[in-house]
Amino acid sequence: MSDRPLILAGLTLFVGLVTTPIWHGALDRKTALTAPPIKLPAQEKQCVAPTSYMRSSHMRLLEDWRNEAVRDGQRQFVAFNGKTYDKNPTRTCVTACHTDRKEFCGRCHDYAGVSDPDCWNCHNDSHQASRSAP
Amino acid sequence: MFMFERALTGSRKYWLWVASLLFVVLAGSLCYVLQLTHGLAVTGLSRDVSWGLYIAQFTFFVGVAASAVIVVLPYYLHNYQQFVRLTLLGELLAVTAVTMCMLFIFVDLGQPSRIFNIVLHPQLKSVMFWDMIALGGYLLMNAVIAVVTLTAQREQVPVPGWIKPVIILSIPWAISIHTVTAFLYSGLPGRSYWLTAILAPRFLASAFASGPALLILLCLALRKLTGFDAGWEAIQKLAVIVAYALAINIFLILAEVFTAFYSGIPEHEEAFRYLFVGFNGDYHLVPWMWLSALLSWVALTLLLVPKWRNNIRLLAVACAAIFVSIWLDKGLGLIVGGFTPSPLGAVTRYVPTLPESTIVLGIWAVGALMITVFYKTTLSVWEEN
Amino acid sequence: MKITRKDFLRLSGLGLLALAGKKAVRAVGERSFASSSPPKKRVRWGMAIDLQKCRQKDGCDRCIKACHSTHNVPQFADRAHEIKWIWKEPFKNVFPAAQTGYTREFFGDLPVLLLCNHCDDPPCQDVCPVDATWKRDNGVVTIDFHRCIGCRYCMAACPYGARSFNWQDPRPAIAMVNPDFPTRTRGVVEKCNFCEERLARGQGPACAESCEEKAIVSGDLEKPDSEVRQVLRSRFAVQRKPELGTGPSVYYIV
Repeated sequence: MSDRPLILAGLTLFVGLVTTPIWHGALDRKTALTAPPIKLPAQEKQCVAPTSYMRSSHMRLLEDWRNEAVRDGQRQFVAFNGKTYDKNPTRTCVTACHTDRKEFCGRCHDYAGVSDPDCWNCHNDSHQASRSAP
Repeated sequence: MFMFERALTGSRKYWLWVASLLFVVLAGSLCYVLQLTHGLAVTGLSRDVSWGLYIAQFTFFVGVAASAVIVVLPYYLHNYQQFVRLTLLGELLAVTAVTMCMLFIFVDLGQPSRIFNIVLHPQLKSVMFWDMIALGGYLLMNAVIAVVTLTAQREQVPVPGWIKPVIILSIPWAISIHTVTAFLYSGLPGRSYWLTAILAPRFLASAFASGPALLILLCLALRKLTGFDAGWEAIQKLAVIVAYALAINIFLILAEVFTAFYSGIPEHEEAFRYLFVGFNGDYHLVPWMWLSALLSWVALTLLLVPKWRNNIRLLAVACAAIFVSIWLDKGLGLIVGGFTPSPLGAVTRYVPTLPESTIVLGIWAVGALMITVFYKTTLSVWEEN
Repeated sequence: MKITRKDFLRLSGLGLLALAGKKAVRAVGERSFASSSPPKKRVRWGMAIDLQKCRQKDGCDRCIKACHSTHNVPQFADRAHEIKWIWKEPFKNVFPAAQTGYTREFFGDLPVLLLCNHCDDPPCQDVCPVDATWKRDNGVVTIDFHRCIGCRYCMAACPYGARSFNWQDPRPAIAMVNPDFPTRTRGVVEKCNFCEERLARGQGPACAESCEEKAIVSGDLEKPDSEVRQVLRSRFAVQRKPELGTGPSVYYIV
C-alpha cells in the first residue's frame, strides 16, 4: 500500500491532462458565448439550405455533394425551397456568394477551434485578391 | 499474459544495444516527418519507377514471415521434436516480420492519413485488399500462438487444446501470405518481368531459403551472446532445408532466364538484360545482380557439403550469403526490374535517397528491437524452467 | 462468477473486435446493394486521333497546353516528378510491336499523342484497394482525389504509363491556376479524365476543341452514327497494345 500516493498522483496528472481542453477553454476567456460576426453575401439572401442546418452540417452537405457529383455523376441539387443548384462548391458557393473565405469560413472556424481545413489546398480561391494564406 | 517486463532487465551491453536501436528508430522517424512534410519527392522514386525500396522490403519480409512455417510444420504435423524451441522463435520472427511489412506499406503511402479507406471502402477485386487480410490474419494468429505457447511454458502446463487448430490453420495461411503477395505483381498486364506463373513458387522458394537462414543466424547469435543452444541437430536440419529451398530458387530463376532468352521475345528479355547485362546504357544494377547470383552459388556449395555445413563459421557465412543474395534479388532487382524498361521503353535510374534509406533502416531497427524484446522474454522464461 | 482483471480485458477486447467486424460486414453489404442500379443505355466515350493530321504542324502542342491549363497540371522540370495528362512520344516507343525494320525508318521517330486510354476493362480499376479509380457509366475512367491513398498500385497496373503521381505539392508548379478546376494535393495519383467535367456541361474534350487541324475526333463509341464511329469506319485505325485485352477507347489513324 506504500504505492498509494504515487498512484493517486499519477491518476490526478492523467485526469488533468485528459481534461485539458475543458479547463483550458474555461480559463481562456477569449472565447465568447456569442456567435462570431461573419460577412454574409451582399446580393444573395438565401442559402442552399436553412441557416441552422448549414451552421451545424455544412461539412456533411459538402461531402454528400462531393460523393454524389464525383462518384455517381449526379450534379444537380434540389434545395428545400425547390430551387436547383449545381453541386459545385467552387461555382455555386465560393465564386457566387462567399467570396471572402477569411471573413466567412475563417471567422467561424477560428471560433470553433477548427484549424484551417485543407479544402483550399486543391479547391481554388484564386479569384480572390488575397490568396496568401494556404 | 504480459511477460515483456522481463525484457526490462539486462546488462550494460544489452541496454547499449537497445539504446542504439532506439537511436536508429528516432533517425528514421525524423526522416519520415521530412517525407510527410515534403511528400514522397524526398525518395528516389519517379514516374517510371514508382515503387522502390519500401515495397521491395515489404516483399522480402513477407517471405521472412512466411518462412516460420518451415519450423512450425515439421514440429506440429510430423512431431519433429528437435524443433520444439525453434518453433516459438520462428513464430516470434514471423510476428516481427509482418509488423515490419505493415510499416513498409505505411511509409510508402502518399496519403497515410487515409489508410482506413482500405477498411471503409474495401474493393474486393484488389489483390492488395486480400494481402491485407492475409497479413493481418497471419500477424494475429502468430501473436496469439506465441503468447499462448510461452504462457503455457512459463506455467509449465500443456498448451490449451483450442490453440491446436489455430496452429494447423497458420500453416496454409503462411503459404497464402506469400502467394497473395506474388499475385500483387504477377497479375498485372504489361509488366513482363512479373507476368509469370512461377512468381509465387519463386517467392516461396526464396522465402524458405532466406527466412530460415536468418533464423539460423539469430540462433548462432543467441548462442554466442547468451549461451542459449537451440540444438545443433535442429540447426543442421534447418540448414539442409535451406539448401534445398535455395537450390529450387536457383532452378526457378534459371527456368525464367531460359524462357526469356530462348523465346527471344524482346519484352521478356529486356528486364533480364537490364538487370544482368545493362540496357540502353544503364548498368548500375548489374554488379549487384551478379553479386546476388554469386552469393547464392557460394552458399549452395557450402550448404551441400556436410563437412562445411557442420562447421559453425562456414554455416554462418553461408546463411549470411543467402540473406544478402535474396535481399538483393527480391529486395531490389524484383521491383526495379518490373518497372524497367517502362511501358514506353524508358530506362529511368532508381537510386534510393538518404532519407528513404534512413526510413528503411528505422523500420529494420524496429524489427531488431522487437526481436530483442521477444527473444529476451522467451529466453528468460526458458531459463527459469 | 468472479471476473478477474485479465478476463475483463480479454472480454472487452473481444467485444471491440466483434463490433469492428459487424461494422466491416455492414460496410461491405451496403456497397454491394448500392451498386445494383437499373441497367442504363451504354455510353462509351472514345477518341480517334489522326496521326497524319496531328503532325501537319511541326512541334504543335496546342492540345497539350489546352489540357494542362484547363486542368491545372503542374509543370515540373525534373523528369522523375513529371505530371502529364496528354503528351507526345516517338512512334517506335508507343507501338513497339507494330513496326518492321523498314517502317521504322520512316515512322520510328514521328510523334504520337498519348493520353489515358479509358480502357473498357481497366486494370487500374481492378487493383485499386479503395475503389478510388473506376470506369464511369459513360466509359470514362475517373480518379477520386479525395479517396486515393497514394499506394500507386494503379501506376504499376497501367500498361500504358498513363498515370502520374504527385510526389510533392503541385501548387507552386502551376503558372496560372484555373479556378474552375481543383488542383491536386500531394500524394495522390492523377491522369487524363477525358474532360469529364466538360462532358457534363455538354462540351467536348479540351484537346479536341483546341486542335486546328481537327486531328482529334471524340464521341460515343457505342453509337453507330457518331462522328468517331464514322471516322473509324472509313479509315484503318489501331489501338495501343490491344493484345492485353484492356480494350482501349483511344484509336490511332496511322
